[in-house]
Amino acid sequence: MGRYVARRLLQMIPVFFGATLLIFLMVNVMGDPIAGLCGERACDTATAAQLKRQFGLDMPLWRQYTTYMGNVFTGDFGSAFNGQPVTQLMASAFPVTIRLTVVAILFEIVIGIALGVVTGLRRGRPVDTSVLVLTLVVISVPTFVTGLLLQLLLGVQWAWIKPSVSPEATFGELIVPGLVLASVSLAYVTRLTRTSLAENRRSDYVRTAVAKGLPRRRIVVRHLLRNSLIPVVTFIGTDIGALMGGAIVTERIFNIHGVGYQLYQGILRQNTQTVVGFVTVLVLVFLVANLLVDLLYAVLDPRIRYA
Amino acid sequence: MRGVARARWAAGAAVVLLALAACGGGAGGSGGRVLSSSWGDPQNPLEPSNTNEVQGGKVLDMIFRGLKRYDPKTGKAENMLAERIDTTDSRHFTITVKSGWKFSNGEPVTAHSFVDAWNYGASLRNNQRNAYFFGYIQGYDKVHPETGTQTADTLSGLKVTGPRTFTVTLGQKFSTFPDTLGYAAFAPLPRAFFTHHSAWLDKPVGNGPYAVESYTRGAQMTLRRWDGYPGPDKARNDGVTLVVYTDSNTAYTDVLAGNLDLVDDIPAGQLKNVRTDLGGRYINTPAGILQTLAFPFYDPKWNTGGARKVRTGLSMAINREQITRTIFRNTRTPATDWTSPVLGTDGGYKPGLCGKACEYDPAAARKLIREGGGIPGGQLKITYNADSGSHKQWVDAVCNSINNVLGNDRACVGNPVGTFADFRNQIGRHRMTGPFRAGWQMDYPLIQNFLQPLYYTGASSNDGKWSDKRFDHLVDRANAESDKAGAIRLFQQAETVVRDNMAAIPLWYQNGSAGYTDRLHDVALNPFSVPVYDRVKVG
Repeated sequence: MGRYVARRLLQMIPVFFGATLLIFLMVNVMGDPIAGLCGERACDTATAAQLKRQFGLDMPLWRQYTTYMGNVFTGDFGSAFNGQPVTQLMASAFPVTIRLTVVAILFEIVIGIALGVVTGLRRGRPVDTSVLVLTLVVISVPTFVTGLLLQLLLGVQWAWIKPSVSPEATFGELIVPGLVLASVSLAYVTRLTRTSLAENRRSDYVRTAVAKGLPRRRIVVRHLLRNSLIPVVTFIGTDIGALMGGAIVTERIFNIHGVGYQLYQGILRQNTQTVVGFVTVLVLVFLVANLLVDLLYAVLDPRIRYA
Repeated sequence: MRGVARARWAAGAAVVLLALAACGGGAGGSGGRVLSSSWGDPQNPLEPSNTNEVQGGKVLDMIFRGLKRYDPKTGKAENMLAERIDTTDSRHFTITVKSGWKFSNGEPVTAHSFVDAWNYGASLRNNQRNAYFFGYIQGYDKVHPETGTQTADTLSGLKVTGPRTFTVTLGQKFSTFPDTLGYAAFAPLPRAFFTHHSAWLDKPVGNGPYAVESYTRGAQMTLRRWDGYPGPDKARNDGVTLVVYTDSNTAYTDVLAGNLDLVDDIPAGQLKNVRTDLGGRYINTPAGILQTLAFPFYDPKWNTGGARKVRTGLSMAINREQITRTIFRNTRTPATDWTSPVLGTDGGYKPGLCGKACEYDPAAARKLIREGGGIPGGQLKITYNADSGSHKQWVDAVCNSINNVLGNDRACVGNPVGTFADFRNQIGRHRMTGPFRAGWQMDYPLIQNFLQPLYYTGASSNDGKWSDKRFDHLVDRANAESDKAGAIRLFQQAETVVRDNMAAIPLWYQNGSAGYTDRLHDVALNPFSVPVYDRVKVG
């Protein structure tokens, strides 16, 4: 186990460097950020040159990258063009996005798996068919449509919630945005659980358990569900990263100042430091989430052993 | 036993959910006579000489008052902190500051408050984006050389002569210089700005009717009325909360739901519903913004006598009336000169100065373009940035209009650039091969501001590098002219040079728009399309 984890952690190093280098290059390809910084009117040459020096943009690209990486390892992610350190932006953005992700993942786990169990156990019944159709609808409607529709209905027409989220972004305010963010994944989780459950129902160990006369609840929860959840856990695990980085649309609709907002702003203003910094952290989140998922397999299925 | 445990768990979850729901809310709505208003994250640190966009300008307008202030209705420059600004030769000015003015931290506003601020703004070392505003003052080339390091720390043209008086010497004659002093870059600064700079940036202190109570960067700023404000325009409400929105659509929805009081940028997509949504609580007033198509005069193809005819022909091939009506729903007005209606005819706005060259006339347009040798390069590519505004729609409409006139579907196409930053970058590197979007938002309501920075040889915003000796000469004469009416006449003559060469095609004058909830009264936009917050009544 320990050796496995160590090996995985070592594998993360090249992935980490490769990903950051790619992002660094991609942001730089977009062109000179100083031009955008000065607005409609070009900065005079002296100021532009000075700004370039200040942000280290006058150095060759490889120097910029090595300096940047060197700074990252000392905990300095540089500063945004408005003078705010990127670490400060992260400190304000990540808690918000983590809360949003937690709400979304909870929705996926609670509603997604519950619906999956219900439909998986009642295959072909009306409940199953209607849930299937519903998931199809949710998957095919883009997130921004769901988001704007819920915002208009719940926020303006019925006034149940506030259409936008305040800067504090408490859990209560994030329930609707979280649901919107989770909606598509939720539908996938339902379908995955349903299929996996329906397959395992016919397996030998379930038949044995039924023959032993175990209570139905115990069969479903302890034997059937535990074995059927492996693909679902994989999906949710990778989804954590996707939800954190991919919340740009949802965050925009509900005016949430999270990671998506900072990334969007950073890309628009061609702020290398912000974009690379946030993406670096997201890459780390992805890698760690993947490792955790793999370790979770062993817990769910004792047949899986890591050496 | 198991059942009991599960019931407990469910009850616990229910309690947590309820608690969460109770946590929510409370933040958006503002109590008392405080209004909330939409805001965008300022791009640069909130220093007066470093703020060149409207979102930061919004705050500066609330927390600062300068020597002059532009009347929110008429746009006329009127004395605010200035008691007198005297000159005999339009080059040496003596400025007297009124007594009794203070910053909200109690420090009195003196001549030093201005001179130190201006020296800070001009100095190359401070990286101020608006430094060139001080370029008229003598000694600017020493503190802000084009290359190399600065050889002086202060402008030699600024001298403090008394506690409340100082003199300004300009590098050349500039008769309307006093009227430029209402621009935010010329605001006075307290000592704390220099001594505790980063603390000041976290919570700016000024001398305006509002004081900053708290500022969370990138999220919101709360401003409260400053009761000790000595000026005549005390705030009529208790404060303003500025909330950062990423998307103006969300801000608009929030106003509909009553979660926000004022949105000062109605998204283009909502313009057709806005009257039914908000009824009379929608304002749409002219702002000092002119949209034009600029040309790359550094490209020899565009810098010929024939190309001049082509440009005029293109101008006549654009059906401005139809585009402003259908796409912008009359939030823009077809342009007939190169200034803006907010200047007023006294200020130099001259409707119809463009004459036939700005009227839609397909036959004449075809003729001129043919005479001029056709479109240089065979196809017209209008470059614009696709990331903001509704530029794609109008560029496509302009191209359609031109294509219809020429009877050729491929005569004109839009050329989108992904981000504004890249767009500016390509312009800066002279990569344009055809016309490109150019918008001009005035800094101060003077005709000089609509002409000199854009068309004078080597001027700061002359992106197309247009150069004309006659134009430069007329502008120089206008700046030296001490009689205001005479100066405006000369500027208008210079404008006819722009017209005869069609240095840029004027498209339309842009309006400012805003919507608000029924809690607010007396909402208005100033000529810079910023809400006049201190006049708004709440409740």
